[in-house]
Amino acid sequence: MPDITKTADKTATEVVPVAVPPQKAEKARSLWGDAWVDLRRNPYFVISAALIVLLLLISVFPSWFTSASPTTGDLVKHFLSKPELGSIGSPEWLGYDGQGRSVYARLIYGTRASIIVGVTVTLIVTVTGSIVGMIAGYFGGVVDAVLSRVTDIFFGIPFLLGSMVVLQAFTDRTVWTVVFALAFLGWTQITRVMRGAVITVKASDYVHAAQALGASTIRIMFRHILPNAMAPVIVVATISLGGYIGAEATLSYLGLGLASPTVSWGVDISAGASQIRVAQHILLYPSIMLSITVLAFIMLGEAVRNALDPKMR
Amino acid sequence: MGRYVARRLLQMIPVFFGTTLLIFLMVYSLPGDPVAGLFGDKGTDPATLARLRHEYGLDQPILQQYWNYISNIIFHFNFGEQIRSGREITEVIGAAFPVTFRLAMLAFLIEMVLGLGLGVVAGLKAGRLADNLVLIFTLLVISVPVFVLGFIIKTVFAFQLGWIEPNVGQDETWGELLAPAIVLGALSLAYVARLTRTSLAENLRADYIRTAVAKGLPKRRVVGVHLMRNSLIPVVTFLGTDIGALMGGAVVTEGMFNVKGVGGLIYDSIVRREGLTVVGIVTVLVVVYLIASLLVDLLYAVLDPRIRYA
Repeated sequence: MPDITKTADKTATEVVPVAVPPQKAEKARSLWGDAWVDLRRNPYFVISAALIVLLLLISVFPSWFTSASPTTGDLVKHFLSKPELGSIGSPEWLGYDGQGRSVYARLIYGTRASIIVGVTVTLIVTVTGSIVGMIAGYFGGVVDAVLSRVTDIFFGIPFLLGSMVVLQAFTDRTVWTVVFALAFLGWTQITRVMRGAVITVKASDYVHAAQALGASTIRIMFRHILPNAMAPVIVVATISLGGYIGAEATLSYLGLGLASPTVSWGVDISAGASQIRVAQHILLYPSIMLSITVLAFIMLGEAVRNALDPKMR
Repeated sequence: MGRYVARRLLQMIPVFFGTTLLIFLMVYSLPGDPVAGLFGDKGTDPATLARLRHEYGLDQPILQQYWNYISNIIFHFNFGEQIRSGREITEVIGAAFPVTFRLAMLAFLIEMVLGLGLGVVAGLKAGRLADNLVLIFTLLVISVPVFVLGFIIKTVFAFQLGWIEPNVGQDETWGELLAPAIVLGALSLAYVARLTRTSLAENLRADYIRTAVAKGLPKRRVVGVHLMRNSLIPVVTFLGTDIGALMGGAVVTEGMFNVKGVGGLIYDSIVRREGLTVVGIVTVLVVVYLIASLLVDLLYAVLDPRIRYA
């Protein structure tokens, strides 16, 4: 990662020539550099990052992980044929569902939907929320009052209910409609965090210095404020990524999100729910995958938070 | 203080109108026509449709419809009637709301007591075994989606152990509501525990705590009064906004445990395009949310005297 805080530090030392406090290491590191050193030593980060890399691989190259098709069913292999635990990785490993489709193959192919929803919603929400939050925080006054009230309005609508209404507007529900529904109401949290961070950073000496030197508003915003206000936003974004994956599954479970023939864990959990008393494995495995994925992203977010904000420990 | 409350109440007005307008527009942009839906597949002559649409005011411009709707609520406490059943929406909500309210309150109580308890234990023993156990527990709870947790509890306690009834009965006793309340409150419980833990661990190093310890105050007083009061602010903020979220989030839990509350009502209304009912319930939830967040802000002054309202 490029050393983005360096310019800011330099500006600050130019104006207030206070000696830089001695660091334990020889070379001074930026906030992000410090965070990276911390992260590499954190077992939570190492485990969650490894899991996420694996999940990304599965979602991009599902055929590397199973030879079976997730949509071809063979009714002879109805779900009552019990899972064969001895055959790790083969189509019959986790048994078959009610249509005779391999539960394992569906788990592998279902990963993509969850990852796409989680990552895209987080990206859209982070960009939108950051822009609105930065404008509100930087300009203050009337602009802030108006933008904050608009944020309040979107924040006031219960998230799940709002997404349900948005999804009902689409007759043809794909991964992208679910992304839209979640992003539509999801950006407010980032906005609030960003606005608060920008207000804090705005008061720093190096921002005043840049203003006094006549730097343009855009330059101050992107060069000086953004890099220093990003930390809390990144923390919230990583943690909520897991939440969006869970939200997609919840909506699909309610029958309002993704639907068959799209392969997704939520769709399978929903199907498994109706057969819970005869065949628990259909519900169980996608639930475990879902929980592990959410856990991985939340652990990553926690680790990043600890690294960026040592006070929290 | 009085001026602060007045200003907050004034600020609530645009948010109230904005939120209700937004959900109104969202609901009305949905495809499908509830009036045509009344006649099912058979269809009816256009004249009858037009007459009914006129009767329900559905032929007016959307902002006019919104104004009629919201002014009826404000001035007459009239939420309109369900097109399908012809029942008053106030009556429909009035029947469903108390159940959800009780469920949400029970969930709230559970998350507050258990969440605070776990958070205090973890915060005071930061970095030690108890802290790590709480960390792992909360991470697990946060990662398991609500409906999965519901199924686990149902499978284990209702189907296998037979301790609880899988579905909540007609009269919704407190005992029956316990399992759905645990499911509903579990996620927030984990958040409360983590927030409390972080806040306590951070404040433990504050100067005023060192002072309190140095002047020889008993540990109970240091923790109970000095530490807790300041540490509770983020927790109280979360709890305040969570009341609204619990009621709105009851959709999944109520469906799983067959509770006849707002959650089931709103799900049915969304699926059946009963726009007025959806907007009505969300309006009620928004009011609950706004009042809760006002109360939270007023509580700040009680918890931290340094916060003054201008």
